[in-house]
Amino acid sequence: MTAPGRSRSILVALASTIVFAVVALLAVTNAPGWPEVKRSFFDGDVFSESLSVIPEAFLLNVRIFLIAEAVILVVALGLAILRSLPGPVFFPLRALAVVYADLFRGVPTILVIYLLGFGVPALQISGVPNDPLFWGVVALILVYSAYVSEVYRAGIDSVHPSQEAAARSLGLSRANALRFVVLPQAVRRVIPPLLNDFIGLQKDTALVALLGPVEAFRQSQIEVASTFNYTPYVVTAIIFILLTIPLARLTDWLVARDRRRLLAAGGLR
Amino acid sequence: MRKLLTLLLLVTLLGVAAGCGGDDEEPEADEGAPTGAVDTGAAEPDPCAPEELELVSDGTLTIGTDNPAFPPWFQDAEGAPWDPTTEPTQQGYEAAVAYAVAEELGFSDDQVEWVVVPFAASFRPGPKDFDFDINQISYVPARDEAVDFSDSYYDVEQAVVVLKNSEFADATSLAELSGAKLGAQVGTTSYDAILDTIQPDQDPSVYDRNDDAVNALRNGQIDGMVVDYPTSLFITAVQAPNATTIGRLPAEGQEYFGLVFEEGNPLRDCVNDAIASLRDSGTLDEIAQEWIEGSAPPILE
Amino acid sequence: MSASASALVLEDVHKSFGRNEVLRGIDLTLAPHEVVCLIGASGSGKSTLLRCVNLLEPVDAGRIVVAGAEITSPGTDVNAVRRGIGIVFQAFNLFPHMSVLRNVTLAPTRALGLSRADAEGQALELLERFGLADKRDEYPDRLSGGQQQRVAIVRALAMRPELMLLDEVTSALDPELVAEVLNVIRELAEGGMTMLIATHEMGFARDIADRVCFLDAGLILEEGDPEAIFTAPQEPRTQQFLQRIIDAGRL
Repeated sequence: MTAPGRSRSILVALASTIVFAVVALLAVTNAPGWPEVKRSFFDGDVFSESLSVIPEAFLLNVRIFLIAEAVILVVALGLAILRSLPGPVFFPLRALAVVYADLFRGVPTILVIYLLGFGVPALQISGVPNDPLFWGVVALILVYSAYVSEVYRAGIDSVHPSQEAAARSLGLSRANALRFVVLPQAVRRVIPPLLNDFIGLQKDTALVALLGPVEAFRQSQIEVASTFNYTPYVVTAIIFILLTIPLARLTDWLVARDRRRLLAAGGLR
Repeated sequence: MRKLLTLLLLVTLLGVAAGCGGDDEEPEADEGAPTGAVDTGAAEPDPCAPEELELVSDGTLTIGTDNPAFPPWFQDAEGAPWDPTTEPTQQGYEAAVAYAVAEELGFSDDQVEWVVVPFAASFRPGPKDFDFDINQISYVPARDEAVDFSDSYYDVEQAVVVLKNSEFADATSLAELSGAKLGAQVGTTSYDAILDTIQPDQDPSVYDRNDDAVNALRNGQIDGMVVDYPTSLFITAVQAPNATTIGRLPAEGQEYFGLVFEEGNPLRDCVNDAIASLRDSGTLDEIAQEWIEGSAPPILE
Repeated sequence: MSASASALVLEDVHKSFGRNEVLRGIDLTLAPHEVVCLIGASGSGKSTLLRCVNLLEPVDAGRIVVAGAEITSPGTDVNAVRRGIGIVFQAFNLFPHMSVLRNVTLAPTRALGLSRADAEGQALELLERFGLADKRDEYPDRLSGGQQQRVAIVRALAMRPELMLLDEVTSALDPELVAEVLNVIRELAEGGMTMLIATHEMGFARDIADRVCFLDAGLILEEGDPEAIFTAPQEPRTQQFLQRIIDAGRL
């Protein structure tokens, strides 16, 4: 396309986007129920009140997902590797990994949180912590490791077998071939789905509130209950979105950077 | 280019159409306009007679409460929590009060119907599917702006429940609770009481339901929970027998439970009359005696 | 020649994939420094034969002896065997997430235990020798096919193997890039490397091979001096094969 042709396309695209946005805005604000919705969801005073308490509660969500994600990435990798061990001697380990993944993907996360957060402390085994935050994080780790291990597994399977063949042919052991050749490629390939699960985890940190700790969603629930206004929920939603956007852009950048290299012969085939 | 312009035109038209649509619909009740016609009072008939009342369902008094409904407020034949979707037992303090009010208004027992209304939904603004709700809902000015409250049918106190072997079991003052990790249900006056009255050093834990708070108490995940005094009786009797109510909390004014009505519902005034006569006749006291027993623990200052 | 003096011995090697028997009793012996070319139609078993030699494929029957040690016996240290054999594939198989230099130094550091410095020194020497020194920090996606294949050869040489297996290493290259790779192989041959080469490049085979083996349907049908094979094949199937090659203008 010629240069003038391109600028014209961009202008048209821009113009049509603006027109569409204005039309949508008009449609919403002219709807008969709009004043009520505006009062319930977009109240300015409640908005600023919430801003004084919700971001602080959100720090708990941040702590939870940073700790959980770090552990999940490691545990899930271990599970994926267990699952890939060849030969009959490793069958029990493979079976264990399969059962684990099926179990923790099958049971709803909320149930795992309840069972661990209230159930384990109820056993009153000495030496076992009963801190609800601890068990909430453990529950999230167990559940998400199951999902993420499957993502890793898909990544490992997607690396062409000739890569491992080349590595083994050089005399590298199976472990070294995995460590230096297969896994680095596997992980790079599954960065988008890994990030997807991470974003899901950020939302699921709210489930820990079931066990008592007050995080952002629970705090907004408290605000909603005392004001009869849903604006605090909007505040929390905005905070979560603000967190997601930079992470999504970071993923895009990582993928673009590696795509070129991985597409070369021997890579994405 | 032409195709693009046509598309833009189409989109604009659709958008304007959407914005203009719905003008001919009646707006939904905006600030809680009453469901029924206002009685002009020109005629003689008693506005509180059952046939004159504007009810959710004609000839029936529809009452809302939560599911399950816990003792001592409601109970089934075995003394366990009652499920409002099953046969009414008329057992429990609130059950007794509800049927007493119904009788005062002129409804027979089988003219009373029950619906399930979750606690937090009862005092939100908007139209209701019940005539009134009875579910240990404390009068709070903010709540009163969204719904209408009757006069008190129970003067409530908040109580603190701890495990019998807890370090706080012997506390006799609020100061002695400052180091405690406390818990309460979300959106309740019990939760507010922790923040406003006790003001402990640690932030309280907050739970969806009282049951979860009881679990946490039994697990030692919290040192104590705050709940209204009568509910604490059920908790210490049934749910956590190894727990005890160590005291009640002082309040600025008298906290009380009121029946909840849709904003502007004239039934409220009729019910207030009914409650007044039940109080005067001593019926309310009798009901309290029957269902809420035990000597009350001291007030923690 | 006694088995212990041979660089490589294959004795009655059989290999099946499912019900398809690809190698039906291969007997082949390579003397040290000998260059043997395998020719034959696709599917005749050339690749499989090479992959059996470095144990990428387990044999179903028969023996393989490398430098006097039987590698098909149970309990063989597979990694050690592979360290002594270099293999280069048709599809290069460079590691795309590593630079050229790292591709070459990975196995020497991790499998041979060389220090990073030693491995790099050796790698740069080899890259220099084959005209790739300036590409040391490039990633494979930036190299032409011919350059990638030469790096693959260097990567295999960095392990100082005693035997090199080359599996159709020019078949995936554009014609103008073939020559640079063949020159590298020629140089290795002149340097005395023992090599088993599967190839379609008949002219090249005729040039550098000490011996040519014609593989047909899982058996070595005919073998001998390159001149003899190419100008006066004995077996009818060899003649047919070579005739087709000549008709295609490739000889």
